[in-house]
Amino acid sequence: MLEPINVSIASLNLATLAPMVIAIVGALTILVIDMIKGGLNKTLYVMISLLFLLLDLGALVDFAGVFLKNGTVLGFFDVMLMDGIAILSQIIIVVGSMLFIPLALTSKRFHEYNYPEYFALFLFMIAGFQFMVATDNLILIFVGLETASLALYTLIALHNRSKSFEAAVKYFTMGALAAGFFAFGAMILYAISGSVEINQIATVLAEDHYRNIGYVLVSMAFMIAAFGFKLSMVPFHTWTPDVYEGSSAALAGYMSIVPKIAAFVVAMRLFEFLVHSGVVWLQVILYIGVVVTMTASNIWALVQSDVKRMLAYSSISHAGFVMAAILIGTTQSNTGLFLYWALFSFTNLGAFTMLWVNRQKDLLPGQSSDHPYEKFSGMVKTMPMGAVMMALFMLSLAGIPPFGLFWGKMYMIGSAVSAGYTVLALIMALNSAIAGYYYLKLIVFMFMKEPMVGYEKLYFMNASLSLKTIIGIAAVGTIFAVFAVNPLLEVITLFVYNSGY
Amino acid sequence: MIDHILTLLIFFPALAAMLGFVVTKDSMRAYGIAVAFIEFVLSLWLWYAYDPMISGMQFMESMPLIPAFGINYLLGVDGISLFIIILSTFFTLIGIASLTETRRLKDLIITLLFLEMTMVGVFAALDAIVFYVFWELSLVPMLYIIGAWGGPLRIYASVKFFLYTFTGSLVMLVGMLFMAYFYYQATGQWSFSILEWYRLILPENFQLWLFAAFFLGFAIKVPMFPFHTWLPYAHGQAPTIGSVILAAILLKMGTYAFVRFSLPLFPDASVFFMFPIAIIAIIMIIYTAMVAYAQEDIKQVVAYSSVSHMGVIILGTFALNVEGVSGSVFLMLAHGVVSGALFLLVGVIYDRRHTKLMSEFGGLATVMPRYATIFGIMMMASVGLPLTINFVGEFLCLLGFYKQSHMLTLTAGVAIIVGAIYMLSAYKKMFFGTVTNEANRNLKDINRTEMLGLIPLVIVAIWLGIYPKPVLEPINNSVESVIQLMHDKAQTPEAKARIPDLSGNNGTISLQEAH
Repeated sequence: MLEPINVSIASLNLATLAPMVIAIVGALTILVIDMIKGGLNKTLYVMISLLFLLLDLGALVDFAGVFLKNGTVLGFFDVMLMDGIAILSQIIIVVGSMLFIPLALTSKRFHEYNYPEYFALFLFMIAGFQFMVATDNLILIFVGLETASLALYTLIALHNRSKSFEAAVKYFTMGALAAGFFAFGAMILYAISGSVEINQIATVLAEDHYRNIGYVLVSMAFMIAAFGFKLSMVPFHTWTPDVYEGSSAALAGYMSIVPKIAAFVVAMRLFEFLVHSGVVWLQVILYIGVVVTMTASNIWALVQSDVKRMLAYSSISHAGFVMAAILIGTTQSNTGLFLYWALFSFTNLGAFTMLWVNRQKDLLPGQSSDHPYEKFSGMVKTMPMGAVMMALFMLSLAGIPPFGLFWGKMYMIGSAVSAGYTVLALIMALNSAIAGYYYLKLIVFMFMKEPMVGYEKLYFMNASLSLKTIIGIAAVGTIFAVFAVNPLLEVITLFVYNSGY
Repeated sequence: MIDHILTLLIFFPALAAMLGFVVTKDSMRAYGIAVAFIEFVLSLWLWYAYDPMISGMQFMESMPLIPAFGINYLLGVDGISLFIIILSTFFTLIGIASLTETRRLKDLIITLLFLEMTMVGVFAALDAIVFYVFWELSLVPMLYIIGAWGGPLRIYASVKFFLYTFTGSLVMLVGMLFMAYFYYQATGQWSFSILEWYRLILPENFQLWLFAAFFLGFAIKVPMFPFHTWLPYAHGQAPTIGSVILAAILLKMGTYAFVRFSLPLFPDASVFFMFPIAIIAIIMIIYTAMVAYAQEDIKQVVAYSSVSHMGVIILGTFALNVEGVSGSVFLMLAHGVVSGALFLLVGVIYDRRHTKLMSEFGGLATVMPRYATIFGIMMMASVGLPLTINFVGEFLCLLGFYKQSHMLTLTAGVAIIVGAIYMLSAYKKMFFGTVTNEANRNLKDINRTEMLGLIPLVIVAIWLGIYPKPVLEPINNSVESVIQLMHDKAQTPEAKARIPDLSGNNGTISLQEAH
């Protein structure tokens, strides 16, 4: 007979679960409310989601305080790992979600927001991402990843357009493939090290001096493919533009930010110890991946005729740019990763919201897609404020100082310079120049061409006060980023450094 | 208030531009002139308060911006930047005052005021990143001015202008980050302060690479041969005001940056690249003069002649002695005044005839005598006639380079003289002879608004040509300290020999030679 297992509740340190549990409870609350009284308005659900996310954020800030005092917090048989990067990335995830969920408050009616399940799934997804970053256990990473992804597929499909179904199915299929790769990679790592925890694996591998280097490389090949799909690295990026085009602009903006930071953190945990222990092969592959992702997606973005697809390719390029941080692997570069992503989320939030406010129900005759460049032609004459806002976000994405992303770019290139990656730094700089062209193209359309008849009514057709507020927040965050950079840098450096990255 | 005058100078136009959104369309012009005038008076006050005897930075301001990465809001002026700042405010005023554009005037004036902020910011910044911020930001208003008010090819021209300069400056940014990293390695602290970078002595091979990175950014901006291809398009398509500001101020950013960054930071590399750059400069002078001669469009003639004179500025800068560098800084001002005035003059005739082809004109001197007189004076100044402003600068530039190489200077000198042909022939085609084209018969001479813009320029062009001392002396003092710094920092024997040591004499001889 087995001995009864005796575990004290205190040793579980249940508090480490608190942030995710808050999100899950929020989701369940929404379902319960719907069960008791159906047919309630979306505003209610948006606000409830916001409140729970606020609580979630509160718990995270609390953890941040604990982390600064006592260092990394472990819990649940050491499966939960609340270190600096876990807390930072969760804060980005939650804040990003808080900024994106109010985008549901459009003035026009959209099918998906009538379902309370939409908001429940949204919160489940956030919990999934939070689990994913707050552990170094490969199994829990897998569970978190799949929870979040499955919820996300459903959210895309709920948009209820033929292109959305296509997008959801495409994303699902690709995601399933990625999940398979991840499982294979994890399996091989387990086979050679007897553990599913990344730091254990690192210790075991270091102890036997990478005797099984062949297997390590095979597993890394699987892992790179898996994260390549999630981060949309070239050549695993093919789903991205279609999925972005199919989903609503709000969700596309969300997808360009939150899932990726989660994947970055896991990639950081997984690849960095290998890069540091001098696995040259991985370094070379990452180097090629980073350069190809940045450059190729930039070139594809040049030829797009739809703004949303252009932004999709641009977000691939930004992901490649940030992936360089993992390749470089210094504290400065990892700090740069978080700084970049925090600034990027504000700017991209603004850009996608601007698309979202002019989303039409039906296409005009002769219009090829939802957001062709021509739609914004001469916008400065019909809607000057809107055009200025859009131009601001485009300039920030292009990396024109003093707007938000410039500081992220500068710090990232700076970290490449200090780590001795001179050529990489130059490639990063020149890619920003290429990217300048397609962002500029939209500005050219908005400011230098004559307006097209029929479009002028569309620019703000979807706008409500809350959407305008979100655009305002994004604009303020983009313009005055320079004053936020120093505090951000100090906090992020502290967290990243104390987590050992 | 005088302690923060530079901040005031930078942000006053921007603030005014923001408030300008409220002003109604028909009052916008007066508002723009008022703001530009206040700004100009402020810059004159800066000159008044400036102590010409001090060679270092004055009116320094410092505020931490991103201390964790060594970025501070650092401002200051010395004799080199002081007059370019005044030139910027002066030309914004003249540009707005003589504006004849009627399409969407409000947007244009707001854009010009934002542009003024970035121009003053570039010349007042003493922190590399702050400098970079204004440098890049200046592209945006210019892009809009060319792209929205320009000619038929305006979009191609504006995008080409933007992307060319943007690419160059990103390479420069990598160079700046390297500089900061070397400073970090040497001192354990991040810093982007130019004055702190001055104290850093780098090994020669690092200098060469960094010089190349900075060079790309600056050379595209100047623009130096073979990176000059964006400029004819930009000038050809830009509206008058765009060309004026571009030629008078924006191009000076490149040459100013050579004096501010390349020379004192990389003295050995400057000496190493001295002759290659001088040869490029001479090619610039000769080649663009030849191209100018072949043009049929008067604006293109002025545009190419402006590139040609930028070559002389570069030549003077890379003389690496007090005469050459002072001369090049002075010539920056002279070139600003003269080419700005020429573009304004071309704008005058374009407004009347809506064509810039020289073949359309002829015998204008009889129809528009005042116009012909002012054009003539400015053309003489552009050619470098003694007693005009350009002469002083060109003479000093050539004198400076003469000390480094007789042959190259002779070539350049002959080229400048021969280059005068295209200006004279253009003038002849437009103004002399009989009126052949009926459309020109009843052209009105320049009106009062246009006079208002042009007369001050004529006065400046002649006044500083006869008596350059009030401007040249502060420039000279500051340049001396730059040259001394370069001499002290130089490591290779060649650099030590090429860059004069001024600690013995104080270089006043060069001033006397100028007269």
